[in-house]
Amino acid sequence: MSETIQPFQEQIKAAAATRRPLRIRGSGSKDFYGVRLEGEILDTRAHTGIVEYEPTELVLTARAGTPLAEIEHALAQRGQMLAFEPPHFGDGATFGGCIAAGFSGPRRAAAGAARDFVLGVRMLNAAGEDLRFGGQVMKNVAGYDLSRLMAGSFGTLGLLLEISVKVLPRPQRERTLRLAMTEEKAIEQVNRWAGEPLPISATCLVDGAVYVRLSGAEPAVEAARARIGGDDVEDAGFWRTVREQAHPFFASADNLWRLSIRSTVGPLNLGPTLIEWNGSLRWVAAALSPKKVHEMAQKAGGHATLFRAQDKSGGIQQFSPELLALHKRLKQALDPEGLFGPGRIHPEF
Amino acid sequence: MGKPEAFPSETVRPTISKQALVDRLSAVLPKTSLLHAPEDLKPFECDGLTAYRKVPLAVALPEDEAQIRAVLKICHEGRVPVVFRGAGTGLSGGALPYEHGLLLGLSKLKRILEIDPLARVARVQPGVRNAAISEAAAAYGLYYAPDPASHVACSIVGNVAENSGGVHGLKYGLTVHNIIRLRFITVDGTLMELGGDGLDSAGYDLLALATGSEGLLGVVTEITVKLLPKPVKAQVVLAAFDDIEKAGRAVGDIIAAGIVPAGLEMMDQKATAAVEQFVRAGYPLDAQAILLCESDGTEEEVAAEIARVTEVLKTAGATEIRVSRDEAERLRFWAGRKAAFPAVGRILPDYFCMDGTIPKKQLPLVLKRIAELSDRFNLQCANVFHAGDGNLHPLIMFDANDDAQLKRAEEYGAAILELCVEVGGTITGEHGVGVEKINQMCVQFRTAELNAFHSVKHAFDEFGLLNPGKAVPTLQRCAEFGAMHVHRGQEKFPDLPRF
Repeated sequence: MSETIQPFQEQIKAAAATRRPLRIRGSGSKDFYGVRLEGEILDTRAHTGIVEYEPTELVLTARAGTPLAEIEHALAQRGQMLAFEPPHFGDGATFGGCIAAGFSGPRRAAAGAARDFVLGVRMLNAAGEDLRFGGQVMKNVAGYDLSRLMAGSFGTLGLLLEISVKVLPRPQRERTLRLAMTEEKAIEQVNRWAGEPLPISATCLVDGAVYVRLSGAEPAVEAARARIGGDDVEDAGFWRTVREQAHPFFASADNLWRLSIRSTVGPLNLGPTLIEWNGSLRWVAAALSPKKVHEMAQKAGGHATLFRAQDKSGGIQQFSPELLALHKRLKQALDPEGLFGPGRIHPEF
Repeated sequence: MGKPEAFPSETVRPTISKQALVDRLSAVLPKTSLLHAPEDLKPFECDGLTAYRKVPLAVALPEDEAQIRAVLKICHEGRVPVVFRGAGTGLSGGALPYEHGLLLGLSKLKRILEIDPLARVARVQPGVRNAAISEAAAAYGLYYAPDPASHVACSIVGNVAENSGGVHGLKYGLTVHNIIRLRFITVDGTLMELGGDGLDSAGYDLLALATGSEGLLGVVTEITVKLLPKPVKAQVVLAAFDDIEKAGRAVGDIIAAGIVPAGLEMMDQKATAAVEQFVRAGYPLDAQAILLCESDGTEEEVAAEIARVTEVLKTAGATEIRVSRDEAERLRFWAGRKAAFPAVGRILPDYFCMDGTIPKKQLPLVLKRIAELSDRFNLQCANVFHAGDGNLHPLIMFDANDDAQLKRAEEYGAAILELCVEVGGTITGEHGVGVEKINQMCVQFRTAELNAFHSVKHAFDEFGLLNPGKAVPTLQRCAEFGAMHVHRGQEKFPDLPRF
């Protein structure tokens, strides 16, 4: 366990002096993601430990290099959890990488995203200055919300040192149901259920069936089970395989597209598809024309990401000219020399 | 709390005259959408923080997005500062006009453009009232969750600007958790969409950054909000305590039991006494503090949760526990909490409503210190809290006609906010910094952090035209504030996290 941040400050200052970019990295479990990996590695794994965790506050603060598994274990011992159910994508995944990537798992549609649970960060900027934004409290509107901005920024705006997140109690009971259904019918059905007061914590459509997870108090889960019907799925590992992309659907995916769109849009017919988040997240395992996918996602009210592929040199997401200009100005504002992870999320910044 | 004109860098002067501005604006706005005669400007001189008033150069009340863009382009060219305003109910002076600038009122854009019941979203114009969204969604069994106390009057664009919460924030989140897309215009008139119809967007989370930015980064012209299924049932437990610290500990006990109630509110005896005279909610007046704990969900969920909450409160030493027997009684229990501000207003003519948030474990200490400060400043203070969130609303009572009282009340408020920072909390949980708490920002943030805020501002608004003098203090202001301020310069609790 290390509390010192001085080596990080020295590495940042040295990199700034020689104008050589840095690539902030924990275990590298998310190295597959992004346009390109550039720069000398700044390894966060020396900076570990839970700084503060009091279950009655529903807040946990930990250093960025702490293994995510260690945090989940500490929470589980007190009957709590990271409600956004983050994917690890590797055994060594760190807490800092989890927040910097901003990925959320199956519970996202019901509970919220990684960014929704970020309460505050301590970070180093490109000058090596030690900054704190947000806090350890549930509500805080003092200053711009730079802590949430860090979620999903992939280490391109600064080095996260510590993150405070809101945590939640684990549900008393969980149960998964399986119903055979066509894609078209399933998209409509999961949206209908989501509009009813049912304790649904996750849905997934794959292999011609929709999986529904119920979470909550025992009587509420049983009542919902009677209402929804279908077969009980005893395999508790199903949601883990979806979250970690270890499900057979993902096995053959050399090219994996992620489309985040309006939940009610009908089947896109782009290729083999796995649907989460009540229809708003569509995984498509196929090599497709980027232009076509981006246009289709935009028409469906959202955006597409080339999540896994050999060649991502053309970029992984498409920005409107106005948004691209604003992104560049913001990157310039917080990292004027372009020190942190150039090109990780967009070829131009 | 310090006047902007004392700080030159907070003073932005237009390069065109008022007459030139009015001429240009009248070319793009209908006659009824442009006010510039002094008597027409007067009604816009303040928002919900009435202690601060200023008359703007002119008021524009555009009717659509194209007019907003045209107005912003004119102001940008003439370097005219712009303050936008929703319903004007804000409590921190965020919509206080700027005397050398334009006030951009969004109240005419009040249409609900779309409700998609299957996708559970509503697309609305900025001037739509918070409560109007839930009213329109009710036909589909849906509602919009964040419900600030002012939800009947406040606008959704104001909620976005302040990242407003409400009594159900612990379970259902704040504005930032309940919106998915904004149409957003930067001060030079560039229109963009932040977020999307999906649950996230490409690149940086600009939607989160824009939410709570107090009108300093851009003007919002359309908002897509999430709608939730209306819970089948809601029930509330009222618990009385003979000791305020016991009540504070009971809050932690409920959370520790794995319960996240839909609402968890606390009132001290001064507050309950004030509201009983006003609305007769039936609160036990001999109690030092009461807790209101609401459960919502399916019949089964509520029954199970109410049983557990009641058990926890008994063990925590509640002297009396009442569970609402029907909807009428539930609303009566809440009526007192909702009437707390006006009720306090009947005891003395004026009050400051503070808005600090603290870690819940610090509640007993903070309450004790607030009481000590009450003696020191010789002013009464009633306390209501969003206890589940640790969000305090001490109500400092005074008579503004008495200059000495007003000054003491301001000092008392400042001392409470600094106390919140000292125990690891924040100066504002949901009302925003505005002009009211701008000096306390210097206590909460250090120079490098303020510089980061100014850099972000510069990326959106190069000339500092949007809402100058609000939310983020200049370094000059903090230097001046620090010089006259006893706490600054030495960290009082160097070991406490300054988050």
